[in-house]
Amino acid sequence: MTSPTPTSVIPRSSGLRYRKVRDRIIEALLLAAGLVAVFTTLAIVAILLYESSAFFEHVRIVDFLTDTLWTPLFADAHYGILPLVAGTLTTTMVALLVAVPLGTTIAIYLSEFAPHTVRETVKPILELLGAVPTVVYGYFALTMVTPVLQWFMPDLPGFNMLSAGLVIGLMIVPYVSSVSEDSMRAVPRYMREGSYAMGATRLQTALRVVVPGAFSGLAAAFILGISRAVGETMVVAIAAGMQPNFTFDPRQPAATITAYIVQVSLGDLPHGSIGYQSIFAAGLVLMLLTLLFNIAGFSLTRKFREAY
Amino acid sequence: MSASAASLQQEALRRGLSRRKLFDQIFVLVGLIVMIVCLAILAILFIDLVRDGSERFTWDFFTNFASRKAERAGILAAWVGTSLIMLVTAVCAVPVGVAAAIYLEEYAPKNWFTAIIEINVTNLAGVPSIVYGLLALGLFVYQFDLGQSIAAAGLTLALLILPIVIVATRESIRSVPKAIREAAYGLGATRWEVTKDHVLPYSTGGILTGMILGLSRAIGETAPIITIGALSFIAFLPQSPIQSEFPFISFQWLKDPFTAMPIQMFNWVSRPDQAFQANAAAAGAILLGMTLIMNALAIWIRYRFRKKINW
Repeated sequence: MTSPTPTSVIPRSSGLRYRKVRDRIIEALLLAAGLVAVFTTLAIVAILLYESSAFFEHVRIVDFLTDTLWTPLFADAHYGILPLVAGTLTTTMVALLVAVPLGTTIAIYLSEFAPHTVRETVKPILELLGAVPTVVYGYFALTMVTPVLQWFMPDLPGFNMLSAGLVIGLMIVPYVSSVSEDSMRAVPRYMREGSYAMGATRLQTALRVVVPGAFSGLAAAFILGISRAVGETMVVAIAAGMQPNFTFDPRQPAATITAYIVQVSLGDLPHGSIGYQSIFAAGLVLMLLTLLFNIAGFSLTRKFREAY
Repeated sequence: MSASAASLQQEALRRGLSRRKLFDQIFVLVGLIVMIVCLAILAILFIDLVRDGSERFTWDFFTNFASRKAERAGILAAWVGTSLIMLVTAVCAVPVGVAAAIYLEEYAPKNWFTAIIEINVTNLAGVPSIVYGLLALGLFVYQFDLGQSIAAAGLTLALLILPIVIVATRESIRSVPKAIREAAYGLGATRWEVTKDHVLPYSTGGILTGMILGLSRAIGETAPIITIGALSFIAFLPQSPIQSEFPFISFQWLKDPFTAMPIQMFNWVSRPDQAFQANAAAAGAILLGMTLIMNALAIWIRYRFRKKINW
């Protein structure tokens, strides 16, 4: 590190080289950390495909996609994924019916009406709704929401998709509202001012100028909500019962894809058995379902994108 | 004639205007109600848990193992397991996440390769948590032969919260002004020196926030660790990391089977016996309390750092 003489033209040249080499090594380490994300994705795809391919050696894909019975652990085994998909779609639908109106209303209110202090206080508290452990929400759905629903619907079974869906909807409100609000606030001021100048009130401006202008962001928010609802596990595992049931009636008990995976994992299935492989096939379907919604959402966002 | 028509028109306009303004007021009311309902539900949830579980909040609850009798069952194995898992998760996720974020913000060239990494990080944030469980079951439990151990659970949750840590760190690194970096470069610092001595100290707040939020997510995650096969009935503790004999530190606990708070709660919820619901509520209240405290801490840190730094 010390230079030969104080007047040397290139002082500390060895120090500089050392620092440059060190920089190179550090850069490689940082890159390796970044690659962990890539490897995780590859590993997920590889594991799901590998174990599912073993599953599909026993089960014909046609049966998997068309059979309406899912009983892989029974002696008379049927491997039709439809009941699980139906359960997943039903709970997701109920959840969206809660989360989309509530989330959008809150987003419009916070972005267009609320004073600054209210917004800054409410947003973090609202985000806590999304931070509550899902197993706690499951308890809430089973011991609180279902009994309340049973006042109105005396025939409602103790396990049902309705209460699970309602609670999931509540859980994803903050996801929907915060992404929607961000996209509404990104709509430029002058568009609002133009609308006010034409004599529109705040609500008219919000609904006819800001919401259409932010539509691509809203679509992204809904897609995020759908992804959350499709992948939600503990609430449905606790409150919706775990029997596969081919129905779209939310008042019925049913299993979702995720609930099935949990149910199998709770038992002690030997590694490599068909039951063990079936959860990977179910997981693959779950990933494809999420992917499908995301692609749909992406093309929707692209179609309605407004450029300012 | 025309004057009266004009006044009629004006009258209609005024009436229309006051009606439209009424809609405005109604919407504000609706918005407030919706918000208050959401917040009230959060409050009800917490109060309900505390009330249902109140009779279990005794010292024994924390020092007893799970039991077949609801009154004697406790969460000792669960909270020890959760603490150890969180330790593994934090040790793995934080350095890797921060390093990846530094790479993406400070080093990465703008090309297709960087784009792939970025897309991956975004997509991983949207992968359902149970899929991480399947990944861990196939990869950690069987391929790496870690078994149903604390190490496998910790690594799984570390992968799960990695995107959260990366995104939070990137945001706080991005908010450091360019001028600070350029001043350091101007004095002859290398890229790493700029990052280590200038960028990172300024982004500590954001990194801490991301870390706490990530861990608060991990602490409540149930599905992935059920999938790797956590046992719900465990009446022993993992081997202590600190030993009385040489070399005093043992890593045997990493290979030990475990249970965790959310698993214990799930186990109690799914029992038909009503007495166990009180245990579930008490465990839930503690879990929710921890999550809320961690989130509050994150908000407070963010607030403190934002106030302290004036560019």
